[in-house]
Amino acid sequence: MSEPPLKQPSPADDSAEADPAPRRKRKPVGWSMIFIGVLVAVSATLVYRRDGIDGVLEILSHDMALFGGILPRVLAGCLLGAFIAEILPHEKVSRALGPNSGLKGLLIGTAFGAILPGGPFTAYPVAAALLTVGADFGATIAMVVSWTLIGYGRAVAWEIPILGTDFTFWRALISLPIPVLAGALGRFVYVRIYPKRGDEPS
Amino acid sequence: MTISALIIDFTLWGSVLVLGFIAFRRGRTVAISAAREGTMDFINIVPRIGLGVIGSGYIAAVIPPEVITGWLGPDSGWLGVLTAVIAGGLTPGGPVVGFSIGAVALKVGGGPPQVIAYVVAWALFAFQRLILWEIPFMPARFVWFRAAVSLPFPFLAAALAMVIGKP
Repeated sequence: MSEPPLKQPSPADDSAEADPAPRRKRKPVGWSMIFIGVLVAVSATLVYRRDGIDGVLEILSHDMALFGGILPRVLAGCLLGAFIAEILPHEKVSRALGPNSGLKGLLIGTAFGAILPGGPFTAYPVAAALLTVGADFGATIAMVVSWTLIGYGRAVAWEIPILGTDFTFWRALISLPIPVLAGALGRFVYVRIYPKRGDEPS
Repeated sequence: MTISALIIDFTLWGSVLVLGFIAFRRGRTVAISAAREGTMDFINIVPRIGLGVIGSGYIAAVIPPEVITGWLGPDSGWLGVLTAVIAGGLTPGGPVVGFSIGAVALKVGGGPPQVIAYVVAWALFAFQRLILWEIPFMPARFVWFRAAVSLPFPFLAAALAMVIGKP
């Protein structure tokens, strides 16, 4: 973390978002995309050398079909995120899910992640929207971790059919405390890495 | 299309419609600008998701599941948990791959705590999902921070599984 901590000249109130309509910045193609592109190219080459062009085309057609099926859901997720960012009042979100929201904020984030419908195409745009409208890292971590560990979507669609009801039930039960603990750890670490006045967790 | 996929699509688009309606009641311009914002996000993200989804089949094809189940091994204590966590983080592909590897590991005699650690680690910080799904949608700083903070929890889950003796 060589990045210097962000200066926050405003006094100790947590309304860091001064502009009325913060917009998520769209990212240029970054190193992660280049990395994955190289990884895919290398893997596809290995598949070609092992299985020939048929192997390459078989995976391609299968994944194209998968991609086509996912696309409408990605659109739904993006719209969901945009509407949430527009509808949720910033002051209320930063009070309920902001740095000073305490255990209650982590619990709200956990509950939200557990009931959120859909897959990654919903969870990540919505999490990004929450960050934009004033949720802190801790509550957003609780939400994302809750969605991935105790959300019903993936468990019902994939885990129960493949790993069985018994395993899935105990796995989810054991995971119950993790979102709140991860959010709390996130807050604990965050205020030490990025020290700012007025952001002490309660 | 399966029933669960139908239910997912129904709740998903239902939520979009409800929220869109709420935004529309705030004002037409609000709703339209939000819809435009969401559509622009979508257009911006499609190539990244496309690269990931279409490419992940190749990555999964060159890392055969046997490699990962081999690492999980039979009942192997905390060393097994550690290798399970590493394997979970390195597992490519979607939920079918991750859960199937867990199922195979259970069948070949892997201990339940190790398999729990594997599944939880995969759910929390599988590298391919971080790069393909999380980074395109969220600030990179948040993604890496969340992954780092999540590191201890597969171990905690394994410990809880050992204590309660389930599943």
